[in-house]
Amino acid sequence: MWRKIRTRGCVSDSMNDIDEIVKGIYLKEPRAIGRAISIIEDGDQRAGAILKQINAKSIQDSTIVGITGPIGTGKSTIINQLIAHYRTQGGRVGIVAIDPSSPVSGGALLGDRIRMMRHAMDKDVVIRSMATRGKQGGLCASAAAAVRIMICSGCNPVIIETVGVGQAEIDVVGLADITVLVLAPGAGDEIQVMKAGIIEIADIVVVNKAECPGADSLIMELENVLHQRNCAVCRVIAREAYGIENLATAIGKIDRERRKSGQFTGKRKQIRETEIIDCAIEMMRDEIRSRLQECPGNYTGDPRAIARKLIDDICVTELDMLKRKRPEVFS
Amino acid sequence: MNEHPAFVEWKERVLKKTLERFPERQKEFKTDSGLPAERLALPETPDEKYLSKIGFPGQYPFTRGVQPTMYRGRLWTMRQYAGFSSAEESNKRYRYLLEQGTTGLSVAFDLPTQIGYDSDHKLSRGEVGRVGAAIDTFDDMEALFNGIPLDKVSTSMTINSPAAILLAMYVVAAEKQGLKPAQLGGTVQNDILKEYIARGTYIFPPHPSIRLMTDIIEWCSREMPQFNTVSVSGYHIREAGSTAVQEIAFAFANACTYVEAAVSAGLNVDVFAPHMTFFFNASSDFLEEIAKFRAARRLWAKLMKERFRAKDPGAQKLRFHTQTAGYSLTAQQVDNNIVRVTLQALAAVLGGTQSLHTNSRDEAITLPTEDSVRTALRTQQIIAYESGVCNTVDPFAGSYCIENMTDRMEQEISALIGRIDAAGGMIAAIESGFVQRQIEDSSYAYQKQIESGERVVIGLNKYQESEEVSPPVFQINKFTEENQIMKLANIRAKRDNQRVRKALARLEDVARGKENVMPYIIEAVRCYTTLGEICDVLRSVFGVYEEAKGY
Amino acid sequence: MDIQRCRGRVLIGKPGLDGHDRGAKIIARSLRDDGFEVIYTGIRRTPEEIALTAIQEDVDAVGLSVLSGAHNELFPEVLRALHQAKGGDIPVIGGGIIPREDIQHLKELGMYEIFTTGTPVQTILNTFREATERYRQKKHKIP
Repeated sequence: MWRKIRTRGCVSDSMNDIDEIVKGIYLKEPRAIGRAISIIEDGDQRAGAILKQINAKSIQDSTIVGITGPIGTGKSTIINQLIAHYRTQGGRVGIVAIDPSSPVSGGALLGDRIRMMRHAMDKDVVIRSMATRGKQGGLCASAAAAVRIMICSGCNPVIIETVGVGQAEIDVVGLADITVLVLAPGAGDEIQVMKAGIIEIADIVVVNKAECPGADSLIMELENVLHQRNCAVCRVIAREAYGIENLATAIGKIDRERRKSGQFTGKRKQIRETEIIDCAIEMMRDEIRSRLQECPGNYTGDPRAIARKLIDDICVTELDMLKRKRPEVFS
Repeated sequence: MNEHPAFVEWKERVLKKTLERFPERQKEFKTDSGLPAERLALPETPDEKYLSKIGFPGQYPFTRGVQPTMYRGRLWTMRQYAGFSSAEESNKRYRYLLEQGTTGLSVAFDLPTQIGYDSDHKLSRGEVGRVGAAIDTFDDMEALFNGIPLDKVSTSMTINSPAAILLAMYVVAAEKQGLKPAQLGGTVQNDILKEYIARGTYIFPPHPSIRLMTDIIEWCSREMPQFNTVSVSGYHIREAGSTAVQEIAFAFANACTYVEAAVSAGLNVDVFAPHMTFFFNASSDFLEEIAKFRAARRLWAKLMKERFRAKDPGAQKLRFHTQTAGYSLTAQQVDNNIVRVTLQALAAVLGGTQSLHTNSRDEAITLPTEDSVRTALRTQQIIAYESGVCNTVDPFAGSYCIENMTDRMEQEISALIGRIDAAGGMIAAIESGFVQRQIEDSSYAYQKQIESGERVVIGLNKYQESEEVSPPVFQINKFTEENQIMKLANIRAKRDNQRVRKALARLEDVARGKENVMPYIIEAVRCYTTLGEICDVLRSVFGVYEEAKGY
Repeated sequence: MDIQRCRGRVLIGKPGLDGHDRGAKIIARSLRDDGFEVIYTGIRRTPEEIALTAIQEDVDAVGLSVLSGAHNELFPEVLRALHQAKGGDIPVIGGGIIPREDIQHLKELGMYEIFTTGTPVQTILNTFREATERYRQKKHKIP
């Protein structure tokens, strides 16, 4: 009665051919998009081949929105509502949802997806859950590549969601054109949030659960702190979609203004810089670690001097190798 | 002690009244050796602590039991949860159970029914009749109780989100037997909050669900005064992995939410609270479970008296049904489960339960066969008639161990309830994920203990057998889904669809307003509107709940 | 950034109407403690939702849990949905209250492995490790 559905363990080979994958990205195929992101995330050698083929123009045309904030402020609800809003306007939305990897096991519970399952059947909502994978900055550099891949597949905007705890908050600013900080009354010590750096660099601050007691005083405090910076404060009741259109409008307004003034291009340059530096550091990290471990003397003395020496050694080695390969360049 | 004024007062005020209403089951209660078994064992000289904390059964704070004579007056109801395939097949099992000596019915519905889908719905595929009876219309309900006099048998229905609809069907089925709602005794579980944290058969979001709940409570307080309108459940919370403390604390926090809602809706706590019952788990730690039940009784009485100002002792009494712990049963060496269930059932009895379900030995693998459910029932009967524990009320009272444990449990439970209060109440605690995390953490810790061997489970991580013989698996009727679908098509063709449409339109209006929905649901049910059709209307008005907290 | 460091990405979900998620949550958490990235999609998922999510997230294995007895319908539905979405090569591991006599048949249809109640968590983890390792090798063209 049952026909065999598939053979246990067979692999569809086309999904491992880079050209097929890139073609698939532009054709909006979920499998290709997902596979491309994995290849980059896992540090597969073929990552470079994919990234090379990514169209620069479409990247410029799309907007990257970072959404961060403490746990319990309702970020997921807001994102769900924003997705719905952009979809009613016919847009195709990408979401990169980032959760921390366990420093002990290296694993992660990627718990944002479950809150977005209502979009599971919508082909124009592209979601990828990513773990930080122990990257120093708390935010994976591969997130930037994932964003670009989503943009290539037609997503605009792409939302990056992170839990705003510590470093990750600041880092999302490094990846996004526009950063939205979500707060809510009673969801954490607001004074602490005020002290943390993110308040100084967020582009929009949302006060969610605006119907709850404490919301008004929170908004007043925020306006005090933010009025010099001309940073918008949006009142939202995410559960009822109240204020979402307003928020989307505010995002759109900042986007237009920045593109006009050239600030957008400047920020993109910064983002690119951040990504390249992150990548460089990651590439160097293992090399530095292994050289460090080679010499027991490295564990005493001034760390800065040791670091300087290690870097110089690496450069010398590279230079030596280059001299040997291309002696004519150095004669 | 016999001359102590407190004791004399109890005998005059409380005991005498009960004995007049129903005398004890026997003239005398004797031990095996012929010695008298005393009704209530008491300390020589009761101190203040004894009187305030332990007291007398049937009297505040009810630590020793909610009735003065407990099982000497009436045994607990032996109520085995059952249901599978179609209403007709479940009916056969109910009749078998009643023949074998159960004293109450407990209906299991299948998942589509519990989640408000008809058997022909896309999401019902493969699920029809699997974990309970498939009920689509009142026709099925009639078949479910065919030949069972509903004024003589009390029926407990494990149904939550669509409880109003099943209750309506029950009322109409009883009507067909010539009975009025006021003659019917039983329970609907109707406990929506635990669905969000432990059981998963929710439909609507919390606030409209509570409105439906209070509609049932209000309607029944007028029309069905013998019916219990809520069975606040700790059982499933425990099954989801919580500790004993969390089981009671979260159940009580849910209960407080319901009481608050009912009071806000204008109901009198002394009128509806006597119809609130509870449903707990009887797990393997024998002594802790007994202490748990006693602590729960005392704490609930205090909560009702102090927080909700209930004056009627009926509103302060914690009456509960118990089920032995499903999660403790193993798929390996299933006969061991009979022993586990026996100990758990005994703990429930020594803990003073009003009603009891004992699991069958093969329940980690399959629905119970007639054979295995009979053994489960005999377990209760042997405890009741052969063990002698029913001859004395609350025999463990005064044991240093049990009284210390009872005090400790009360403290811990109270503290956890305090944390829920501080978090803004149960609904807020659920929305923030606090409750779910507590349960998940306990569940994970428990599993880790089993994996490490710290917690021994015989046959599972100690004294395992290499060659396992599988017990026979109970097969549901594989044509159930097909048959239900055909039946539905038939009913839809034959019924007065005009009347159905009207009834649904009326219901929608009422659901959007503030009027009690029960009469309108009853009308819809009478003209063979299906469960799914009614729920769809309610879904369109109330919306649906989406699981928001994964981890 | 090397491939070996990440053990793999796994999706855990419950298809059908069964709401008992204690086991699924324990497996999700155990996988995470074993170094996996786990996308837990919760209860009451349709086979299509599970399949499309698995593909979008490019997971290396899918874990399903069904305790209601509907596994003979639901597991094959997930396999079918994955196949239709061109993810037929992703290993699918199932668990729950599943009689032994159904296991062989489900594996023939394409389930990678089936676990019943009482299976030690380590056994389950080992199977996920094996399945994802194999899959990732092919994915990243590691000979």
